[in-house]
Amino acid sequence: MNIEELEQIAVNVRQENEKYDYEVNVCMDLACVSQGSDQLREALAKAAEASGKRVLVRRTGCMGPCSSGPLVRVDPEEVLYRRVKASDAGAIVASLGDEPVPSLQCDLREHFDRQMRVVLENAGHIDPEKIDDYIARDGYKALLKALTEMTPNDVIQLLTESELRGRGGAGYPTGLKWGTVAKAGSDLKYVVCNGDEGDPGAFMDRSVMEGDPHRVLEGMAIAAYAVGASKGYIYVRAEYPVAVDRLTTGLREARRKGFLGNNICNTHFSFDIEIRLGAGAFVCGEETALLASIEGRRGNPKPRPPYPALSGLWGKPTLINNVETLANIAPIVRKGSEWYSSMGVGRSKGTKVFALTGKIANTGLVEVPMGITLRQIIEGIGGGVPDGHSFKAVQTGGPSGGCIPNELLDLQVTYESLVQAGSIMGSGGMIVMDDTSCMVNVARFFIEFCMSESCGKCIPCRAGTAQMFTILTRICSGQGHMDDLDLLVDLCGTIKETSLCGLGQTAPNPVLSTLRYFRTEYVEHILNKRCPAGVCAIEAPVEVLA
Amino acid sequence: MSAFTPPALPSDDKRWKIVNGTMRKNGFARYALIETLHTVQSSFGYLDDDAIRFVALSLRVPLSQAYGVATFYHYFSLKPPGKHTMTICLGTACYIKGSAKLMAEAETHLGIAQGETTKDKLIGLVQARCVGACSRAPVVVSDGEVAGEMTGEQVIEQLERWVAE
Repeated sequence: MNIEELEQIAVNVRQENEKYDYEVNVCMDLACVSQGSDQLREALAKAAEASGKRVLVRRTGCMGPCSSGPLVRVDPEEVLYRRVKASDAGAIVASLGDEPVPSLQCDLREHFDRQMRVVLENAGHIDPEKIDDYIARDGYKALLKALTEMTPNDVIQLLTESELRGRGGAGYPTGLKWGTVAKAGSDLKYVVCNGDEGDPGAFMDRSVMEGDPHRVLEGMAIAAYAVGASKGYIYVRAEYPVAVDRLTTGLREARRKGFLGNNICNTHFSFDIEIRLGAGAFVCGEETALLASIEGRRGNPKPRPPYPALSGLWGKPTLINNVETLANIAPIVRKGSEWYSSMGVGRSKGTKVFALTGKIANTGLVEVPMGITLRQIIEGIGGGVPDGHSFKAVQTGGPSGGCIPNELLDLQVTYESLVQAGSIMGSGGMIVMDDTSCMVNVARFFIEFCMSESCGKCIPCRAGTAQMFTILTRICSGQGHMDDLDLLVDLCGTIKETSLCGLGQTAPNPVLSTLRYFRTEYVEHILNKRCPAGVCAIEAPVEVLA
Repeated sequence: MSAFTPPALPSDDKRWKIVNGTMRKNGFARYALIETLHTVQSSFGYLDDDAIRFVALSLRVPLSQAYGVATFYHYFSLKPPGKHTMTICLGTACYIKGSAKLMAEAETHLGIAQGETTKDKLIGLVQARCVGACSRAPVVVSDGEVAGEMTGEQVIEQLERWVAE
């Protein structure tokens, strides 16, 4: 495969598409499928055939605004239809070449205009199971460019200059990580893609793997070239069977086209990828636990150093990157580091994908430039809290993050500012809570999660989270004491300082952040035996003796 | 060193051949333990002692380690599933939108706790930590079919449909 052949495939796809006057794109992501987009696509295909019009019905990955699903977008007019039922197929096909169907049409310009799509640029536009669709949108150009025009060092230099940081949540500079693995001397190195999106309430990586699988594969191949790896693994949650299917298809097609395997694109570079299934353990998102799991063992983390970059999978230097980080690689190589670092602010460059869920009008997947304020995301893109309720908090970073209150909504989204606010960037879950959510109950929910997901290897995490859970349960049932609050803070400190891995070190964050911003709710539970949100079941107040 | 001979298949049930296939594909390497247990679970529905023993012996993994892995990961079940399975998602987005109430209603209706199967082995009730359909919370998966924005009534209706079948 060379650049001319690649261009030829793109030309062929364009010529094929020109045979059609209209493209009807149907979102086939989980949220839309759960509302019947499968039957809808069949109905559209049938109606299109019967109409005699030249219509291409294409299934695509996530278009974004899931709450309006099932979504259909008609190109080239870019008309977006929402909540489309199979029975609407006839009307949509009949309207082609005429005025759009008004009852189904939706105007989400405000929703989309404030976004900036880099990672998600193909999702909703390509059939994820067709490699040619991906190639027609500049796919694999970056790999070819890296292999034929750049040295591995050039690639690492480019990434360093782009200031891309790990999108798994911690924000480690990607270029620096790649450089460390590249410098490690070894005959065998690995590249691992972390697709174990265990953070409940987040589905960005699932949508990327399902909607644009080749983006991830291309990123991995470029990474392997840069660090000198010959073998790669994608570690995917078993709970994501569709992602596994799409990646399997993607791997097969990429091998057939010569983007994976021996002598990729007629160069000396050889690299192949295998899929490894997770089995439902949150701790396996931690890199050393993930590696243990790939090796077929229990997901117990190991003390670092040595870091996986020097001694990882089977003791060999291993580069581990999150799905979204890898999905950023190809566009950076294609368009350059200046283009990338022109987006974002301060030390947080580029864009970030968030899964916007909870009590918000437009739930779904959004991609925004770093530095945007939380208010712009929640009130602008998300459409605010529905049903006349009032906003209370937004939770980022999942069980490792914290709850950010109303008064901090003008905070810019950067790695540093979120940490300052007591939360973390995390992998991208953003859960909005309104006045019907009890913050003590939410803290208890997260601690219960961490308690049951603790691998049990180190005591602070194993026993500490259990103690915190007991105390929080006591407070939620109206049996707490004011001393409990100090005890909680004390425990949080111990667990943070002394746990072995990220799970334990960050587990106290939901408790600390709710104590910081919603202390009155804790006090209300303890002193007045009352849950302000009416969530906790507290027995009628009883007289407490002295 | 004498060549290792994998143990004979536990029975002539064809599903063991599928399990063996996964191990052979991985050259009977120890790291194939989790992959193989996945195949056992997808073929038999759960992992029983015989299966874990067979896989451990075939891959030359200590029994303790195989059992350790089987119990460490939530995805593996050591009990046979019911004829139907209802999975209620208790991920954060679903929890915020009241999935704990759905779970409580299902538990009361079936008279079992989450993680259990009804006495007649008809319906198993399990919780998920997030199925990734958060935008449609609260989410319930009935025999693999994902449904969003579920209410208590819809959960009970589904359970009754299975009983009436």
